Amino acid sequence: MSTTVATQSAQLRRQAGAVVEKVVRQFGNRVVLDNLDLTVADEELVVLLGPSGCGKSTLLRLLAGLDRPDGGRVEVPAKRAIVFQADRLLPWQRVLRNVTLGLHGPDADQRALDVLCEVGLSGREKAWPKELSGGEAQRVSLARALVSEPELVLLDEPFAALDAITRLRMHDLVRALRSKHHAAMLLVTHDVDEAIALADRVVVMSNGRIGTSHLVELSAADREASLAREELRSALLEDLGLANQH
Amino acid sequence: MTDVSLKAPAVAPAAETPRATSGREVFLPRDARRQTGFSTFRERLRWPLGIYTTPIAVLIVWEVLARAGVLAKTYAPAPTSIVKSAVDLWQQGVLGPDLAISLQRAGIGLAIGLTVGIVTGVLGGLLRSGEYLFNGIVQVLNTIPLLAVLPLMIVWFGIDELTKVLLISFGAGVPMYLNLFAAIRGVDQRLIEMARTTGAGTWRLVTRVLVPGALPGFLVGLRFSLAYSVLGLVAAETVNADEGLGFLITQGQTYLQTNQVFVGLVIYSLLGLLADQFVRALERVLLRWRPSYEAA
Repeated sequence: MSTTVATQSAQLRRQAGAVVEKVVRQFGNRVVLDNLDLTVADEELVVLLGPSGCGKSTLLRLLAGLDRPDGGRVEVPAKRAIVFQADRLLPWQRVLRNVTLGLHGPDADQRALDVLCEVGLSGREKAWPKELSGGEAQRVSLARALVSEPELVLLDEPFAALDAITRLRMHDLVRALRSKHHAAMLLVTHDVDEAIALADRVVVMSNGRIGTSHLVELSAADREASLAREELRSALLEDLGLANQH
Repeated sequence: MTDVSLKAPAVAPAAETPRATSGREVFLPRDARRQTGFSTFRERLRWPLGIYTTPIAVLIVWEVLARAGVLAKTYAPAPTSIVKSAVDLWQQGVLGPDLAISLQRAGIGLAIGLTVGIVTGVLGGLLRSGEYLFNGIVQVLNTIPLLAVLPLMIVWFGIDELTKVLLISFGAGVPMYLNLFAAIRGVDQRLIEMARTTGAGTWRLVTRVLVPGALPGFLVGLRFSLAYSVLGLVAAETVNADEGLGFLITQGQTYLQTNQVFVGLVIYSLLGLLADQFVRALERVLLRWRPSYEAA
């Protein structure tokens, strides 16, 4: 494990999944993002960690193109998808039609069925969203994001509303999906354990900027339990200003 | 099975505080309750008629009172005698044509009113310019009572069919616009945002998000439209008509044929019931995705 300080060098810039340069975003007088820089490399999974209300979701919305920055520059691939905290499924469409919402072409249904199978929901394509459990609904929204083969997937606290056991299953699912779908991913969370479980790199937000950045080069087993994991965990907690409480 | 236990408790037990044992509840399967003769009897008697309980009870009491002579014939004739006069009127060839002309008026009025209401409602709901064009004027129209427009319509269009049809379409169009506009604007913003991020185009957004999302509100509007169109029909037909259900009622009033008045009322209420059942059937088909509350 290596811990480096915020300013990421230009070496990651080649064919980057997303580039954020000196981005400013403010609501009234409150500056939420203050000259923030962030680069997500191709096929890299970056976890953006920070306390509630620090501007994580604001940054994600800029990357998704849902909002425009007040200053600076955001560059993202045109093929991108977002998974929201709530599943945001259309209650009046069955699962399959929810997944094919943005798809066109004769093979749309087949592609949707394939992705539903990947997320472990084969056979559930005819269900109504109201009939799904929270974990199943979130898997559908994951399928909806992946079905368009995006180059960048943005995940806004996607598992925050799930129970602990379902969340662990979803972590396994995300790892499995990464071997099939080669996309850059930016996952926003406030859960340190989730960050360690999934990240190639963890960046911690503070004061509207990326405070610190930690490369995570641990095996799957070491992410579960190891000395390196505990060191990373306490480093992240320290970055979040929680060092003394744990 | 592995049994792992940690010796230190997560929460230290508080010093012996004598807890007052408050009342406890025990839940068992329903059939586990002991069956008494009384409870089986009650179960069987429990609402065998469903929602028709009260109407049928009223009809029976009414019939009995009328037969006993408590209710005067000119005041409220017995239900059976109302049915009899309906049959008589039908056989005389009065009821059939009157009903036909009334339904025709309602049909044409509804067609015009709903078309205008839906077109303007969709435009107003989807487009900002549509809102500015239609919303103000419809809000003003909505404050004018339907019945108050009638005199003006008679002055403008005479006492012919046009007045009646326009009054019905006015009654149907305004609530349709208002409900449809509110329904389209009320579609969850987060779902619209989500649809945009999936790369769905405007057409997909409208057909898969906005239209189905606005459907519940549309059906509420349809229900109001149907109800108000019947109201408009009554108002239009009661004034200056020489055929139709309203005429039948006015004639009955003039000659103190209370039977005939009631026949007209019953038919109006049947029309209303039919309209309501029609919308309910639509809801069952179109809103299958929405699990609704069912009272115990």
